[in-house]
Amino acid sequence: MGMTRQEIEREVKSIFQREFEIENPGMDDDLRETYEFDSIDAIELLLEIERFLGSELSQEEKKQAMDIRTINQICDYIERIIQTRKASAVK
Amino acid sequence: MERRVVITGCSAITPIGHGRDPIVESLLKGVSGVKPLREDELISRFIHSKVYGTVDYPINYDFKRQFRKTMAPCSYYACQVAKEVLEQSGLPEDFITSGKMGVAFGSIHGSPTVQRDIYRTFFGASDKKDYQTIGAVDYLKSMVHTTAVNITKMFGITGRVISSGTACTTSSQSIGYGYESVKFGMQEAMLCGGADEYDTITVAVFDNLLACSTAFNNEPARTPRPFDKLRDGLVVAEGAGAVMLEEYELARKRGAQILAEVIGFACNNNGGDLILPNLTGITNTLKLGVENAKVNPQDVDLVSAHATATKMGDIIEAQAINAVFGNHPYVVGLKGYMGHTMAACGSIETILSLYMMQDGFIAPTLNLEEIDERCAMIKHVQKLIEHPVKTAAIQNFAFGGVNTILLIRKFS
Repeated sequence: MGMTRQEIEREVKSIFQREFEIENPGMDDDLRETYEFDSIDAIELLLEIERFLGSELSQEEKKQAMDIRTINQICDYIERIIQTRKASAVK
Repeated sequence: MERRVVITGCSAITPIGHGRDPIVESLLKGVSGVKPLREDELISRFIHSKVYGTVDYPINYDFKRQFRKTMAPCSYYACQVAKEVLEQSGLPEDFITSGKMGVAFGSIHGSPTVQRDIYRTFFGASDKKDYQTIGAVDYLKSMVHTTAVNITKMFGITGRVISSGTACTTSSQSIGYGYESVKFGMQEAMLCGGADEYDTITVAVFDNLLACSTAFNNEPARTPRPFDKLRDGLVVAEGAGAVMLEEYELARKRGAQILAEVIGFACNNNGGDLILPNLTGITNTLKLGVENAKVNPQDVDLVSAHATATKMGDIIEAQAINAVFGNHPYVVGLKGYMGHTMAACGSIETILSLYMMQDGFIAPTLNLEEIDERCAMIKHVQKLIEHPVKTAAIQNFAFGGVNTILLIRKFS
C-alpha cells in the first residue's frame, strides 16, 4: 500500500469529481460550507475510501473521520490509515 | 375557525402529457397514454397483463447533486411538479421557508425501483462486501415519505409534513388533509399531491388478484375501459400531481391567481373487507363529502369517478353516485386515458377536473363504447361536450377499504 501524497490527492479529487460532482476543490476549502458536503456524503466517501484502499475501515476509524472538513484532512486521514495498516502488517 | 381554501397552482406529469397544454390537448383529442408493459428481466414475463400507463417522454430535470442524491424516480416526479406549482403560485421564498407552509405528499410504497435493488443485493449477497453495496442513502430514497421530504429539502419548506401511503387514496388524502390543515388554521398553505414511478411489482400484485386488464394486450390504447361492457380490469400507471392550497385571504391580498376553491373533503373506511368495494361505505363517503362542502347534491355538475374498470368496482361506484347525486351530474372516468396512476391518481384527477372547469368542457370517458347496463343509471360522457362546470367531485377508493371525496368549485 505504498502511495505518495500526490497519488492520494489525485485519487481523492477523482472521487470528488466522480461521486460528488465537485470539480477541483481547494485543498483547504471547508467542504460543508463551500460545497454543501453533508453527513450523507461523508458516509458515501468512507465507502469510496474503503474501495480505494481495498481495506475495510473499523467503526472506530469511521467515527474519527466525522470531524473532517477539508480535502487536506481527508488525505491526512488516508495516510494515517495506510500507516496503521503497514504497522500492523509488520507486527 | 373555518377558513376558505383556494388552489393557486397545479401541475401534473401523466402518461398523456406533462403540464396543462399537452394534457388538455390529449383530453380533447382522446389520446391514450397506455403502452405495452416493458420487459424488466425479473417478473414481467410472468405477468398476464402486458399494458402500462407510461410516461415515455423526456423530462428536463435541473436538480443539483445535493438534492439528487436522495431521490428515486418517484421523487424526481414529485419535486418537478412541486417546483412547477411553487413557481405558478408565485409564493415568495421567505413565506415558503417560514413554517407557515407544509407538505402533504406520498407514494404507495416509496420507491420500488430502489427497494428492488436493495432486496436483490440482500438475497444475492454472499459476503459482507456484497451487503456493503447497499448505499447509505438507499433508505432515504425508498422510504414511504421520500417524496414529501425530498420536496421539503429542495425548497426549504419547514412546516408540517403529512405523508399518507394509502394506496389509491394517497394523494386525495394529501389534498384533503392539506385542505383541513389550512381550513382549520394549522398552516397558511400546503403543497399537496402524490407520485408513483414505473413499477412492475404493482402490476404483479393486481395481476395476482385477477384485477388487471389482459384482454387488450395487443391494443393497449383500448384499455382500461371504465363502465364499458368489455372492461376487464385496471391498468397500472405512473405519474405525479401537485396542487398548492392556500388560505383565501392570503391569496387575495397578494393578488395570486386563484384557479379554484376546495370546498369539501371526506374520508371514511368500509370497516371490513380490504379489497372488495363496499356500496354502503362508498355511498356514505359521497354523502359526507356533500355535507362537508355544504352543497346540495344537485349542485355538483361533474363527478370524476375512481372507475378503475374492474368488474365490480365500477358497478358499485355507479350505484353509489346514483344514490347520492342521482342522474344529474356528468360522470367521467379519467383512468380511461392513462390507467391508474396509483398514489398520484387523486391529485391528477383533481387537476384534470380543474382544467375542464377552467375551459368549460367535459372529456368523455375514453374507451367507453358500450355502457354496461349495470352501470347505466348515471350520466356518462361518451363524446366531448362543451359544458360549464361550477362544482366537481373527485372520488377515489383504495385497497384497505379507504374512501375519499374532494369537492372543488370554480372560483368567482
